[in-house]
Amino acid sequence: MVKVYVPRDSSALSQGADRTAKAIVAEAQKRGIEIQLVRNGSRGLFWLEPFVEVATDKGRITYAPVQPKDVAGLFDADFLHGGTHPLNLGLTEELAWLKKQQRLTFARVGITDPVSLDDYLAHDGYKGLKNALKLKSADIVKTVTDSGLRGRGGAAFPTGIKWKTVLDTQAEQKYIVCNADEGDSGTYSDRMIMEDDPFVLIEGMTIAGIAVGATQGYIYLRSEYPHALKILNEAIAKAEQAGYLGEKICGTNHTFRLEVRRAAGAYVCGEETALLESLEGKRGLVRFKPPLPAIEGLFGKPTVINNVISLATVPIILDKGAQFYADYGMGRSRGTLPIQLAGNIKQAGLVELAFGATLRELLYDFGGGSATGRPIRAVQVGGPLGAYLPESQFDTPLDYEEFTKIWAVLGHGGIVAFDDTVDMAKMARYAFEFCAIESCGKCTPCRIGSTRGAEVIDKITTGKDQVKNTQLVRDLSDTMLNGSLCALGGMTPYPVLSALNHFPEDFGIQNKKVVA
Amino acid sequence: MTTALSTQELTKIEAHIAAHKHMPGALLPLLHAIQDDIGYVPEDIYPQISKALALSVAEVHGVVTFYHHFRRHPGGKHILQVCRAESCQAMGSEKLEAHIKSSLGIDYHQTTKDGAITLEPVYCLGNCACSPAVMLDEEVYGHMDNQKVAALISEVRNG
Repeated sequence: MVKVYVPRDSSALSQGADRTAKAIVAEAQKRGIEIQLVRNGSRGLFWLEPFVEVATDKGRITYAPVQPKDVAGLFDADFLHGGTHPLNLGLTEELAWLKKQQRLTFARVGITDPVSLDDYLAHDGYKGLKNALKLKSADIVKTVTDSGLRGRGGAAFPTGIKWKTVLDTQAEQKYIVCNADEGDSGTYSDRMIMEDDPFVLIEGMTIAGIAVGATQGYIYLRSEYPHALKILNEAIAKAEQAGYLGEKICGTNHTFRLEVRRAAGAYVCGEETALLESLEGKRGLVRFKPPLPAIEGLFGKPTVINNVISLATVPIILDKGAQFYADYGMGRSRGTLPIQLAGNIKQAGLVELAFGATLRELLYDFGGGSATGRPIRAVQVGGPLGAYLPESQFDTPLDYEEFTKIWAVLGHGGIVAFDDTVDMAKMARYAFEFCAIESCGKCTPCRIGSTRGAEVIDKITTGKDQVKNTQLVRDLSDTMLNGSLCALGGMTPYPVLSALNHFPEDFGIQNKKVVA
Repeated sequence: MTTALSTQELTKIEAHIAAHKHMPGALLPLLHAIQDDIGYVPEDIYPQISKALALSVAEVHGVVTFYHHFRRHPGGKHILQVCRAESCQAMGSEKLEAHIKSSLGIDYHQTTKDGAITLEPVYCLGNCACSPAVMLDEEVYGHMDNQKVAALISEVRNG
């Protein structure tokens, strides 16, 4: 029986993958042909969704994008045996866009059925956990430290150091918390891991639990991801049944339980201490640090809090070793980064590469330029709190330190492209507006500065006292940068000032001296 | 303005409270369960929640109002969320938002007169590779334009 793959990833569904799957099943029935339909994850070439694959003797062959109206023609062309058709893109593994990538965290994404534990095991799943179970706690932590893995949520703090602090803190109860509140515009790699390979996250969290002595884990999942919720819960139930979660994991004396908790639409809860407050059932107000969550975290207990991608990268590190992972990357940015191409880009999708590729390679070699065919004028990297970069900075390599040097942030690896119709003054104003909507209200620079900031931008763009008001925005930004408790207030100046510095003409500023 | 709760709704809410009250950090899961079931979190039940979870009514109110997701009044039959974030803006979401508002005759946080659609803004649906995006109830849609959104709306209105 021929296997036909039609993705169930949200972005595939958002382009009609369910209708395509139904049409394929109906057409097969009509013709009396038996097929096995697999709802896999997405390969991440989202401009080609619904991305249908057929398993043949030579390997999986892609037909994309397939709409219901194409289905009868595909059967006529014998696509079940790799037949020639205008939508036949050849062997999936040979597609240049995939071949050029270095998929480590995303090794299985798009290949397997996300909720099939057998599929997961057949594709190297749970090898990392098996190795971890043979090691002492401190050696698991050391492996993660030696791999050079840094927090992929954006802050880039070394994951192993966080783990070591929790390991070294004595307590009756410790927790592993996964930050799955992926609220940054232009990012969707967490969602893809959770929907397309949930077991890798479950495995990573289990390893973390064993490493630091935590028996309970929570995935704090944003409420905007209903599909991820269903898939995670299904995968957790299967892992429990098979003895990979719960008591006596894999027959050892280790216990690790895992529960998904839904967020409720507050962006600030992506900040780790606000997230912990929310998990405790409170308003998502940012906490003062210290104490660090690693010492006093969830319910006052030592807590590892890591992003989805950080935790989902742990299994391959434990499977192949710290050195294997550390051999990828540049400088202090070791390993790979799952980069998400978004916004006005022709070929938007997930590109996992070792650190070091340039923005230009991503935007043009992978992205194919803008979707509208106009020049790309600006890109925002690292979410709504990331700087806007002009064309002159497109040769910056994707590396945490290289981005810091140009007063930008790599963040969670989201790249949003804008063509030359963008109004950068509007984007700067939007950054303040967003901060005002999402501020938790605890600290003054963020709560009030964001509203005042939007007002001052309006004054500049309408030509009122431009010199004075531009200086005012800079002063205000300085206060927010240095006086905010967390990144929401503290980083809103990045999009604002980068827009002002690189695109003063959009603010109606003719005299460049005004900007200086 | 509060809508009087039916006995049936009250029974459901009490069952949710009983099922959640011993959970660590129970408030958010409980509020989700209530809203999933009856469509909103009625203010009338704050006292029961606060008693069961040993919180003050003010704390319950604080949490309900802090999070954008929770509604204090019944919404329409369907919830349409339009993404306002940067990636969607880069693909013309502002024009789409304006068109949706004018064609429905409502602004954000409002419900159409026939009670069919409540319109809400959202800041990222994780569908940034297919901008602009909207979410209708629990389904996300990508590469949206005026015609496609109109088709979605008329489908749920007639369905």
